[in-house]
Order: sequence, then C-alpha cells, then structure tokens
Amino acid sequence: MMGDGRAIPPFQLFYEEHGPTVYRFLVASVPRAEAEDCFQETFLAALRAYPNLRNADNLRGWVMAIASNKVIDAGRARSRRPVAVAELPENPAAGAVSAVSGGGTAQDAFDPRDPTWTAVRSLPERMRTAVVLRHVLDLPYEEVAAVMGGTEEAARANVHQGLMRLRTSLAEGAQAAEGGEAR
Amino acid sequence: MTTTSVRNLKRLGDSLRTPALDGAGSARESILAAARAEGLLDVAYASADSPFGPLLVAVTARGLVRLAYPTEAIDEVLEDLARRVSPRVLESPRDTGEVRRELDEYFDGARQAFDLDVDLSIVGGFTRRILEAAERIPFGQVITYRTIAAEAGSPRGARAAGNALGSNPIPIVVPCHRVVHSGGGLGGYTGGLERKVALLSLEGVLREGQTRIPSSGPN
Repeated sequence: MMGDGRAIPPFQLFYEEHGPTVYRFLVASVPRAEAEDCFQETFLAALRAYPNLRNADNLRGWVMAIASNKVIDAGRARSRRPVAVAELPENPAAGAVSAVSGGGTAQDAFDPRDPTWTAVRSLPERMRTAVVLRHVLDLPYEEVAAVMGGTEEAARANVHQGLMRLRTSLAEGAQAAEGGEAR
Repeated sequence: MTTTSVRNLKRLGDSLRTPALDGAGSARESILAAARAEGLLDVAYASADSPFGPLLVAVTARGLVRLAYPTEAIDEVLEDLARRVSPRVLESPRDTGEVRRELDEYFDGARQAFDLDVDLSIVGGFTRRILEAAERIPFGQVITYRTIAAEAGSPRGARAAGNALGSNPIPIVVPCHRVVHSGGGLGGYTGGLERKVALLSLEGVLREGQTRIPSSGPN
C-alpha cells in the first residue's frame, strides 16, 4: 500500500460496516417514509464514486457526508411538494414495522412519532445534523466537523443551539399536553 | 436543562434499534437492482454448496472470475478481488445462480462440461496460457504437466506449469485437477490432494481407494 493509507475494502464489507450507522442517521433526520429512499440513494452514490476513492482512512465520514447531502436533497424536495408530507401524521403501522428489515418486533423501541424525534426532525438542517451525529451516533466533534464541512467550533455551536431548541420545543410540547391541549 | 436533553437524546439514540440491513431486505435488493441497471456491479459473489463445504463463487460481466474452497478466508478472497478486479464487490446470490446450478449438477454427476464463461483477466502471460490449455481437457481425462507445458508453448516448462496450475483462481471449473505426473502420480493440488482425489474419483479416473492413475497412464 506504499504509505497511501489503507486499501479500499470490498464494497460489501463497507456496506455491512457502515449501513446501520447511515440508517440510524437517516431515520433520525427525515420522515420515516423517506428514510429508505435516502438510504438507497446514499449507497448508490457511494458505489458510483467508490473506485475513485484514494484511500480508506475515513470511510465513515465520507459516507455520512453523502448521507447528509441526501437529507438536504430530501428536505428541498419536500418543501417543493404542494402538501407538506412532514406535517402529516406518520402511518402508525409503518412506524412499528421497518420497511428495511421487513419485520420489526415488539421490542423495537424506536417510535418515530415520539415527540423527541419529531422535535429532532424539525430542527434547522445544520443543527439537526450536528445533534444527530454527535448525540445519536456518538461521533467525536472532529468527525462531526469533517462530515459537515466546517470547523469543530462551528459543530459545537450547532450542537449547543440544537439542544437549546430541542429543550424549548419539548418543554412547550409537555406544557401543551399537561394543559389538555391535545396537539 | 441541556444535560437532560442530552441524556434524553442519548437514551433515545441507544433505543433506536437498527434493522438488519444485510438480510433479504428490500433496501439491499433495490440497491443491487439499481447497481445492475447502471453497470456498477463489477464483482458479484455468493456461496455455493459442494461436497467440500461452501465454496465462494464470484462473477464479473465477463464470467466466473473466482472460485474459492472453504479453507480460504472469505474476507481475504474479497479483498484480493477488490484489489485485482474492482472494489465494487457485492454479495448477490441472483447474479451467481447459473454458476451454482451447474456446480450442483456437476457434483451430482449430472453434468460433465460447464457451459460457463470464465474471466481469466486477473492472470496473465504463461499462467494464463496454461489455464486456457487446462480448460480444454475433457471430463474424465488427464494429461501430464509436460504435455500441458508444451501446449502452452514451453515444452520444458513442466515445473512452471505446476506452479501456474497451483495459482488457478477458478479450480474445478478450470480443471487443473486433470493434470498429473507422467509416472501416474497425482502431483499437487492447491485445494489439498484429497480434493484432487475426490474430483478425479467423481469423474471416474480413479476408483475407490486409488491414489495413482491406473497403468494405462496419461499421455
């Protein structure tokens, strides 16, 4: 490998290693109905570009950057549609059974209708990406910054602002529920 | 408090169960279908049943490029293909269906010749000429290392022919097991000599218990 970094692994191994992380990122970032399309588009884009990669030193950062671009594309497409799909209640059946696994189970604790996840998905794009990368996927700030194409300071600021907003919107939601104002 | 939000998010993040992504999931199939349509599936591989255990078979657009015995580590075989052919290596039972079917028939004694294209592009020069000569040896027949060397244009290259056959990336289908010593000894086999014995027995060259070619001998 002549000091050029690690060799590029077979795509299958790359997919198996990073697919779950990409999927978690997507279901936390876009409405469930869009996550599967984004997932496929992410890995197809990765497959197209794969032979041109110069080394395999940061494959996770590379594929997460592709995925976050797909999330941005999905958001733009959503805002162009006459009906805002994001504001419609998600199909309860689709929420419990993942289209990707083809079979969720009773112990599948993830509920996309949970107010926290709704609030996460409603964050402005850069705050949401930073919060999900840092706190849902547990990536170090250095990698969050690399994925988002900014500095570590900017990543920290986005995470901080994102959490502040989440706290506010979750508190408002809780108050509304206590007051009997069903949302 | 922000820390509560952080803990809450982390808890939800931990509870966000990841569905199995490498099974027969629809995402995987969709990715494969799109990759196929765009010509991005450079190497497709799958596992094939055999009396020796699961074989790994890999195909390119040109044909069968690799067949690996169970003694080879799968990741190493895939890494080698990524280096020598293309890193676009994906598991796809569907794209290897014909290979697996013909191997089944061969091991069942229902097939003598493989109707498969082989892709020898990862080997070159003398090795390639030797393997192409090996491809022409019919089912149930054997030739000597000296003969195959002569066919590849190197009459005195019997030893080199043995080395070339030992690096055969597609054993069984490119039948390097049909090359033996002139005295009736079996010579070597990368997959292990017992496999050469098993294949030659399956083809009726050796009878039960025999480990030498009968005296009529190879030519």
